[in-house]
Amino acid sequence: MLGLSKKDTTFLLVVIFLTLATPILLQPFPEGSAMAQFNAGYPDLMQRFAIYGIFAIGFNILFGLTGYLSFGHAAFLGVGSYSVVWMYKLLSYNVLPGLVLAVITSALFALFIGYISLRRSGIYFSILTLAFAQMSFNLAYSVLTPLTNGETGLQVYTDDPQILMDAASPNSPHFFGILMIESTKVNIGGWQFTFNNGYYFCAIIAIIVFYLSLRIFRSPFGTMLRAIKTNQTRMNYTGLNPRPYTLAAFVISGMYAGLAGGLLASMDPLAGAERMQWTASGEVVLMTILGGAGTLMGPVLGAGFIKYFENIFSKINDNILHSWFSALPDGVEDAVVFLVHPFIGKGWSLTLGLLFMMVVIFLPGGLIEGGTRIWNAITGKNRKSNKPGQDGKHHPKPSAHVN
Amino acid sequence: MDAIILQLLNGLDKGSAYALIALGLTLIFGTLGVVNFAHGAMFMIGAFCAVTMQKILGISTITLDPEKLDFLGKPLQIKTPIVESLFGKGLGDSIINWSVPLSILLAIPVMLVLGYIMERGLIKHFYKRPHADQILVTFGLAIVLQEIVKYFYGANPIPTAAPDMFRGSIDFGVLIGFAENAIIYPAWRLVYFLFSMAIVGAVFAFLRFTTFGMVVRAGMADRETVGLLGINIDKRFTIMFGIAAAVAGLAGVMYAPINSPNYHMGMDFLVLSFVVVVVGGMGSLPGAVLAGFLLGILESFASMNEVKSVIPGIDQIIIYLVAIIILLTRPRGLMGRKGVMEE
Repeated sequence: MLGLSKKDTTFLLVVIFLTLATPILLQPFPEGSAMAQFNAGYPDLMQRFAIYGIFAIGFNILFGLTGYLSFGHAAFLGVGSYSVVWMYKLLSYNVLPGLVLAVITSALFALFIGYISLRRSGIYFSILTLAFAQMSFNLAYSVLTPLTNGETGLQVYTDDPQILMDAASPNSPHFFGILMIESTKVNIGGWQFTFNNGYYFCAIIAIIVFYLSLRIFRSPFGTMLRAIKTNQTRMNYTGLNPRPYTLAAFVISGMYAGLAGGLLASMDPLAGAERMQWTASGEVVLMTILGGAGTLMGPVLGAGFIKYFENIFSKINDNILHSWFSALPDGVEDAVVFLVHPFIGKGWSLTLGLLFMMVVIFLPGGLIEGGTRIWNAITGKNRKSNKPGQDGKHHPKPSAHVN
Repeated sequence: MDAIILQLLNGLDKGSAYALIALGLTLIFGTLGVVNFAHGAMFMIGAFCAVTMQKILGISTITLDPEKLDFLGKPLQIKTPIVESLFGKGLGDSIINWSVPLSILLAIPVMLVLGYIMERGLIKHFYKRPHADQILVTFGLAIVLQEIVKYFYGANPIPTAAPDMFRGSIDFGVLIGFAENAIIYPAWRLVYFLFSMAIVGAVFAFLRFTTFGMVVRAGMADRETVGLLGINIDKRFTIMFGIAAAVAGLAGVMYAPINSPNYHMGMDFLVLSFVVVVVGGMGSLPGAVLAGFLLGILESFASMNEVKSVIPGIDQIIIYLVAIIILLTRPRGLMGRKGVMEE
């Protein structure tokens, strides 16, 4: 089906089911129960899951397949956001033209940056992309104020032309009349499920781009990208020039990032320069690595994982901690809360940093590899997984640094 | 003419900071072949050593003076810093006043120990792994260090004062024969520049004139052979890592009065320092220092109003533009050696 093998079709169907059922799956606890704070089924967060999932899938096409570590992908996110808001300002609140423009502009932008950056590889490439992204951020923040509205951020004002707007058009982002902010709330027993239009819009787009990335992974083109990661010298000897392939991968992943940025602005009609900072690029790197670079599901998992804990962890405060550990004797309880305190609430970044270091050190394949290991331990299977980069016979380890 | 000299001087303090951080980066990179994204965090921790010293010296005992009353009619509280009660008023005052230079004494051991722990605990295991992994793990470490500092010191910048002696500005113009008030320059920045020159000189002298330095330079050139000669290169590299951390830390200590330290200053400097390293040429120490000053001065020239009126916003992007142009025209940077980091 759809040009996929049987296994992949099943995989895709599972992904589709999970994505569409997210509002239900993320609300395991009834409203008002003690565990309700762990629910993540509210629109804002679910939209973030889908959007950052798209961002990470795109980044993975570049980093996971070719091994080129870009530290500048947030620039495309920003470009996409600005494109969408400009379309709001010029045409109307319909998100479609904006998203199309976002993909086109980010593709052009990625073509330009990629053309220059890809002349070098390895760390030079990382630093070049980093420099470009910081440059774009500085430009957006100060110089290009007429285009980006500087530090205020770009937003829609009442005196904007909006030539396609008439009295009947909705006054917030919509897709041919389907408002992004509208939700249907369903109460079943103590549970409340929120089915939000914006989330489903993002989710459907996410499924489409996931399908595309699946096809890229399985295509000869994808194989070529993996070959670049494995051994460029060998590729050169076989008479293949890797540059067009890497550039194509770079542009594709830039388009993904632009689309994600555009969707961010589709959910919330404003765009700011801080989206382009290199810390944001770092975030998507974290997501991809945490989930498992070079795997299909990994980046999405990583994005969901980070966004979920960012939201949930940062809401836990000391009172909640005390209520959890209240069963312990007093002195012990205080000690435990004191120990846990730095890692939650505002200290979430600390936890993230530590977790990330652990993953890079002990689990280079990320959560996916961890899951596979656990699964194999449970089922007693000890067969080699046939994921790229873990098959020692055909994928030699990268050579150590030699001066 | 005087305007040009003023801009040169303005570029020096930023340039000094870039040069020192880039020097440490290059040291680590050239000797160990490790790309260290946590190096900016070292700079930041150095700056916070100055903050800590200020806090330690400011610890006071509170005594009640029943003779004098405050505005509520209660006995007046008098704070006497412990340093004063130990050393007497005059000396105590001057110690507090000189807290920033004194923090150097705190920063050196702190940074050396931190560098040692980092290298033995983490970096050691990453020599054989690809650069991408090194970048990622040190990036994670940088986040962790940043968050720890944020947890203890809060997110707001903490003002740290330079000694009274250097708080004002010097009228430079008179010294070199210009009209009065033509070139006025903050004294501390000059101190910072001289200090950084001294550090750079010390590092170069250390590498040039000591046996240890000779071995390290040999190790930079060809690690395996040096190991085969029976020299424990690993131990020396660990010390080298400590020294690089100390250089970044010292740069941070003295930078504290120029810009109040906050927890993400390291990250801001890190990006630029990496650009500096690349422009100077990977693995070239003189290149790193030269490029640091060059870019610092370029940045200050680009921020002149005369330049800005011609090309608006050039001050924001000049460094990156220069880096991109240099990387594309001279792929090895200004003074890069052949064969370093070229896959």
